[in-house]
Amino acid sequence: MRSDRSRRVHAWNKPSLGARIAAYTGLAFMHVPVLVILLYAFTTDDRTYAFPPPGLTLRWFEAAFARSDIWTALRLSLSVAALATVSSLILGSLTALAMSRAKFRGKESIAFLLILPIALPGIVTGIALLTAIKSVAIDPGFWTIVAGHTTFCVVIVYNNVVARLRRLPRSWIEASMDLGADGWQTFRFIVLPQMATALLAGGMLAFALSFDEIIVTLFTAGHERTLPIWFFNELFRPRERPITNVVAVIVMVVTFIPILLAYYLTRAGDDGG
Amino acid sequence: MAAAIEFRNVARNYGEVRAVDGVSLSIAQGEFFAMLGPSGSGKTTCLRLIAGFEAPDGGSILLDGQDVTDRAPYERDVNTVFQDYALFPHMTVLQNVAYGLRVRKVPRDEQRRRALEMLELVKLSALGDRRPSQLSGGQRQRVSLARALINHPRVLLLDEPLGALDLKLREEMQIELKNLQRRLGITFVFVTHDQGEALSMADRVAVFNQGKIEQLDTPRALYTQPITTFVARFVGGANVIEGELAQRLRGSPQPFAVRAENVRLRKMDDTVSGQPESQCTRCPGTVMDVQYHGATTRCQVRLDSGELVSAASTDADVAILPAGAAVMVEWPHAAAVTLR
Amino acid sequence: MTAAVASNAAGVFRRAATFLYRRPNVYLALLLIPPLLWFGTVYLGSLFALLANSFYAIDEFTAKIVYQPTLATFKQVVTQPAHIDIILRTLVMAVAVTIACAIIALPIANYMVRYASPRRKALFYVGVMLPMWMSYLVKVYAWRLILAKQGILSWILESCGLQGVLDAVLGIPAIGGPSLSSSYIGMFIVFVYMWLPYMILPLAAALERVPESLLQASADLGARPRQTFWNVVLPLVVPGLAAGSVFTFSLTLGDYIIPSVVGAPGYFIGMMVYQQQGTAGNIPLAAAFSVVPIVLIMIYLQLAKRAGAFDAL
Repeated sequence: MRSDRSRRVHAWNKPSLGARIAAYTGLAFMHVPVLVILLYAFTTDDRTYAFPPPGLTLRWFEAAFARSDIWTALRLSLSVAALATVSSLILGSLTALAMSRAKFRGKESIAFLLILPIALPGIVTGIALLTAIKSVAIDPGFWTIVAGHTTFCVVIVYNNVVARLRRLPRSWIEASMDLGADGWQTFRFIVLPQMATALLAGGMLAFALSFDEIIVTLFTAGHERTLPIWFFNELFRPRERPITNVVAVIVMVVTFIPILLAYYLTRAGDDGG
Repeated sequence: MAAAIEFRNVARNYGEVRAVDGVSLSIAQGEFFAMLGPSGSGKTTCLRLIAGFEAPDGGSILLDGQDVTDRAPYERDVNTVFQDYALFPHMTVLQNVAYGLRVRKVPRDEQRRRALEMLELVKLSALGDRRPSQLSGGQRQRVSLARALINHPRVLLLDEPLGALDLKLREEMQIELKNLQRRLGITFVFVTHDQGEALSMADRVAVFNQGKIEQLDTPRALYTQPITTFVARFVGGANVIEGELAQRLRGSPQPFAVRAENVRLRKMDDTVSGQPESQCTRCPGTVMDVQYHGATTRCQVRLDSGELVSAASTDADVAILPAGAAVMVEWPHAAAVTLR
Repeated sequence: MTAAVASNAAGVFRRAATFLYRRPNVYLALLLIPPLLWFGTVYLGSLFALLANSFYAIDEFTAKIVYQPTLATFKQVVTQPAHIDIILRTLVMAVAVTIACAIIALPIANYMVRYASPRRKALFYVGVMLPMWMSYLVKVYAWRLILAKQGILSWILESCGLQGVLDAVLGIPAIGGPSLSSSYIGMFIVFVYMWLPYMILPLAAALERVPESLLQASADLGARPRQTFWNVVLPLVVPGLAAGSVFTFSLTLGDYIIPSVVGAPGYFIGMMVYQQQGTAGNIPLAAAFSVVPIVLIMIYLQLAKRAGAFDAL
């Protein structure tokens, strides 16, 4: 019998059976779709959405990996995500370094500006970017995709890094300078190592966000097809649906793992400091 | 020989507040110097000005005769022991201590050798490979000391170094710091709000109040010859008599101080008089509180004229005085120190 | 590099470092110029271009943009009955989804915060955040599979003998349809699913802030758990509900993927924007349409602020 101290459930506060059922059902409901996708990636059926699946097989995975258009899309998504991550890491860190230290006029406005790309609906960001692209007569393509992704990945990196920097005591920096290190050395030896987990976490979240992005990318991609765009197009074509399922699993795995790692990194950072 | 540290009319403001208000002082080479005062008095700001973490708004700061007012902290031959120790958690103890050498690009093996030497000096040789988080408070303090000394600075600054330690450890460290300073022969400047600490360790003490130095003197002089009412009260908690009572007792409203240990209490019916009338000041009063401190006993007496006066005595009789007893408070004229 | 050159380079760096140390404003400016430049040109510039374009119109005959400021496009958006239909449809869906999310999130969040043991609570938190981390598109696709004519949901209902219920529901005019995956009901379900975590998390945070002592006082005065919930807890978590509703409302209002994938024929604002800039090439109309959700969200934010949402965030 566990001690009552570890539970906030008292006799007068016991949840009804209904409440418990509702809560757990709700929780399970939230995970059903993912399980469905995983299931369907292995079905032997190739035309309909029939449930339960008549059989299980790995042959769709083989077929998917043989498709060159999938590989092209995958390569594009990976390179876009890599570039967007790098640029948002740089811009996000610069901003975080500035905002964590001084008090200055316009600090709140900058914070607001950073969050705007995520706060406004994706459709607005998408159409705005497209309008701008057309106004300066550029052809939408690889670089416009990267530009769009960078813009909303910056705040992700910023949030992670600034939270970490705010916890860095000023006395450490003063101690480093006191012992003979100038600004660059202090940054290299003291600040950067402390920032490392935040950079990693922010970078992985940015990568996942960029890889999965569809809403804004549909506007800025022009004729290029990232993996989500490939996927979106396939949704309206019933043929080779199982291959679509396989790609869904790929997208899921590639985006989920970095986010999970970032979550554990941030948690570890909070405990270890 | 030039002074180790010199302040010439240094000022530092935070908005409207004058944290350091035209301070001038001169600290000699090899001196153990204390800056004492309540929080907000400007003593810590002065320390930070010496170190270079802040720049003065007026005046100049000289180290070894050279004007360093515009120099960054890493350009000054001064090192600091921080109040929170500021040890780098992602480095081992040895790496922390060697940091000052690492940034000067000293070769790796020499870094190690000299760091180990320093750890010996503070008696922590075995702990080189530990992380700061694995050390006790007292050990961390020694590591930060070793780290600050590795570059053999001309001046070592200590910002309330013993505040976080418990009483016994504090007393031990006081003796150790004093010995260390004597051995190394470098100038120590330390900041504290604990007047007992300042008096017992320093060669000279500067008493700060509201951004100014009220008195800069040896501990003995501060204690026996305070100049202002603030110093008299802050250093040793003397009784300060001013205004009407001063006028009545001495014929002039100039305030004066009398140390508690010079104040004697006599029972009203005590016929055995101590010193002749002409050499003593006497006032009647009522005992308010008696505190037993082991070696001494302190009495709070409210004079009939209203003021509260402290008397400290090793006399056993005093301990028996009940609260509310009527007593005669007296002190020799010579014990009164005139204040500004 | 010779020693002299190396030390010179080091000297330059050090001088630069000292310069920046003594002039913190220059340091700050250097840090902020690249990101601000980026955001200023790429993002704000785009928003400005969008706004500008919404004030242009398209020439009906040449199908080219006429670069003269006019309110004609806006008029089109708010006066044409088809357009009004679209806006209302989107608005109604956004409100419905918000309400449904609130209703479903409350028991989950309440249980999670109040009754779950510390270990279970951690499980719940991760369980709620996990779907958020899953790919958006994959989730939408999964629902299409589930809601399809011979998908999982119809299989479950068939095996439970509830086929009739499904047909009846699909038969409801206006929101029903040939199958769940091409009806408003289906769309509604998907929306609720997608944004549920965004409602649960702020709500849970608000619930955490309700002091245990209030609940004890209420029980002490004789209230049963349900009464305590309605009279004490619910009024106190309105800011949390408001904060969560900001997400559900604005996310639904602007979405165009879900209506396209799991959709009835009727257009939503997002779809309109996407379509107008694509095949129709009518950027001014697309721009004007995209201003609508901005305005609606601004209004909603004001209401939410009044309800205390920003203190809860």
